[in-house]
Amino acid sequence: MAKVTEIRSAVKASLPKAPTGIHGLDEITGGGFPRGRPTLVCGSAGCGKTLLAMEFIVRGATQYNEPGVFMAFEETPEELSQNVRSLGFDLDQLVKSKKLALDFVRVERAEIEETGDYDLEALFIRLGSAIDSIGAKRVVLDTVEALFGGLQNEGILRAELRRLFRWLKDKGVSALITGERGDGTLTRRGLEEYVSDCVILLDHRVLDQVSTRRLRIVKYRGTAHGTNEYPFLIDEKGFNVLPLTSVGLEHKVSNERISTGIPRLDTMLGGKGVYRGSTILVSGTAGTGKTSLAGYFVNAACQRGERSLFFSFEESQEQLLRNYLSIGLDLKQWIAKKLLAFRSSRATAYGLEMNLVAIHKLVHGFQPQVVVIDPISSLMQAGTSLDTHSMLVRLMDFLKLQGITAVLTNLSSQGEALEATDVQISSLVDTWLLLRDIELGGERNRSMYILKSRGMSHSNQLREFRLTGHGVELLDVYVGPEGVLTGSSRLSQEAREKAAEAARQQETERRQRDLQRKREALEARILALRKEFEAEQEQFALLTAQDLATEKASTEAREQMAFSRKADPTGNGPTRSRRN
Amino acid sequence: MKKSNKPTIDTPANPQPLKRNGGGQTGGEFWELRLYVAGQTPRSLAALANLKRLCESHLAGRYSIEIVDLVKHPKLAVGDQIVAIPTLVRKLPEPLRKIVGDLRDTERALVGLQLRAGKPN
Repeated sequence: MAKVTEIRSAVKASLPKAPTGIHGLDEITGGGFPRGRPTLVCGSAGCGKTLLAMEFIVRGATQYNEPGVFMAFEETPEELSQNVRSLGFDLDQLVKSKKLALDFVRVERAEIEETGDYDLEALFIRLGSAIDSIGAKRVVLDTVEALFGGLQNEGILRAELRRLFRWLKDKGVSALITGERGDGTLTRRGLEEYVSDCVILLDHRVLDQVSTRRLRIVKYRGTAHGTNEYPFLIDEKGFNVLPLTSVGLEHKVSNERISTGIPRLDTMLGGKGVYRGSTILVSGTAGTGKTSLAGYFVNAACQRGERSLFFSFEESQEQLLRNYLSIGLDLKQWIAKKLLAFRSSRATAYGLEMNLVAIHKLVHGFQPQVVVIDPISSLMQAGTSLDTHSMLVRLMDFLKLQGITAVLTNLSSQGEALEATDVQISSLVDTWLLLRDIELGGERNRSMYILKSRGMSHSNQLREFRLTGHGVELLDVYVGPEGVLTGSSRLSQEAREKAAEAARQQETERRQRDLQRKREALEARILALRKEFEAEQEQFALLTAQDLATEKASTEAREQMAFSRKADPTGNGPTRSRRN
Repeated sequence: MKKSNKPTIDTPANPQPLKRNGGGQTGGEFWELRLYVAGQTPRSLAALANLKRLCESHLAGRYSIEIVDLVKHPKLAVGDQIVAIPTLVRKLPEPLRKIVGDLRDTERALVGLQLRAGKPN
């Protein structure tokens, strides 16, 4: 038998699987439990063995068209039926439609006496008959160890159980056998000796008063499987295993950019906002507006017609809605349109893994494009820092794999350096916005800057972040010789600067006027001089004319004198004169 | 259980209505026994032989044995919650008792049937 198994396990890829239909379990087992072979599920009381087994059968019958036999050694069919009805499994209906056979095996030691040899042929016959009656492909024995309580001859029982598992294999049914966990062994009676193909261990442990259920694949022949402990959840929909290791960094990336809902912030992020499917961390101290920023992001997503899921670990839905309204955000309309859902709970209400599973489940259910977790620092209170880190890694990987844009807020402690608190996860986020207080001039103002933003050019500028009744405003801060100023300091500084500017302006204007006046005076003087000159010129011309006239007159007078003295004519002048 | 009246193994069931006083220590009530077997295995045959011997010596005349072959009637195993083969069920007198095994150990079988008290009764 062992040889056969060894040979079979060599053909790793082709090992057929019977899918469990349980979310997460099929992923970590590479498709389900081994088909046609027995699987052992062991764990302590109350860890969910029966439920796992029942889901294996019911989901097999309903989802994979593989009828199943559930042989219970501890609970009657009525009890089983009642127990799983809350999970939406209608066993009676399945029995009626011949997809399920329930058999309750009760072995009471008190009414049994043993004398001599016997075997468990009757059990085989019962099982065989049940399998044949519905053509079952799956069988559950829950919990076969109960036989040890009813029958005394352990030697016979062991031999018969070995034969039973062999027989199940020969029947070709995918069997699931549950076993109670023993001291130091996987099962009390060492069933793991007989079921060697696949062993699953369930665990339910309480640490720091927080209970966590975990599942581990102890062995799985012929299949590469995760060796980690995977947390799981039992809730109203049944079993839910969480594949928590990041399988790899293989998520698809998007080149699409989406708005953050704050135009000025989009501008800072290269003008187009953040990449779809990236992880945005908004960290800051208390009251710096982290939740508000997330609200704007959600609002923008809803306006685009996308679905958003808001996990709040601090405020109730009503409280959030009211507070958002005060900064001009009406998110209620999106809830009505089923584009937005809130889930408010205290992170410490569950263990860390439970929170993760809960987030997983809701994300799967709601199928959002944007997820807000406000704040992740609350999760840190639910576990140790190492746990939190690994949980956040898984959470981010999960969201990235789904192509979901995640907005995580983180409350930094006042005392620590802002960057230092988030070192653990900083390497995981794509865009990191840092909000901080600036205390100056007797007031506290919010400022924001982009610490990093992968794959895009982004502003290196500090912005003042203001929450007003009509929304978020990002303002340039005053950066000058006085340092970085915000709030009223910035306003007063700006006012001072404005006054100085005005004074300068006036001075310039005054000088200009002076100059103008001077120019005007000069021009007036030039005009006056010119007039003076013109007057002199006129005077000169007049005098010249007088001189000429005088000279002419004197010449004539001389001529007349000469004529009268009968002087020799010097020219024809006197003749002309005479003629005149 | 209605079909159980038909004995299915070759050996006929021997309802013996005669109320002879046997060697039993119990009173005179009628014993209704049912033996579950699976085919004619040596163990089943041995169990039947042992049972007959035991009844004859202790319950002569006031017992009936019904033999149910689960190979032929597998569904009958559920009613009496039969797991092991062979199993002898004492239907009457009440309370119901089961004896698992081939009844090789007569003393234990008698204790099991409460024909002889392990502790005096």
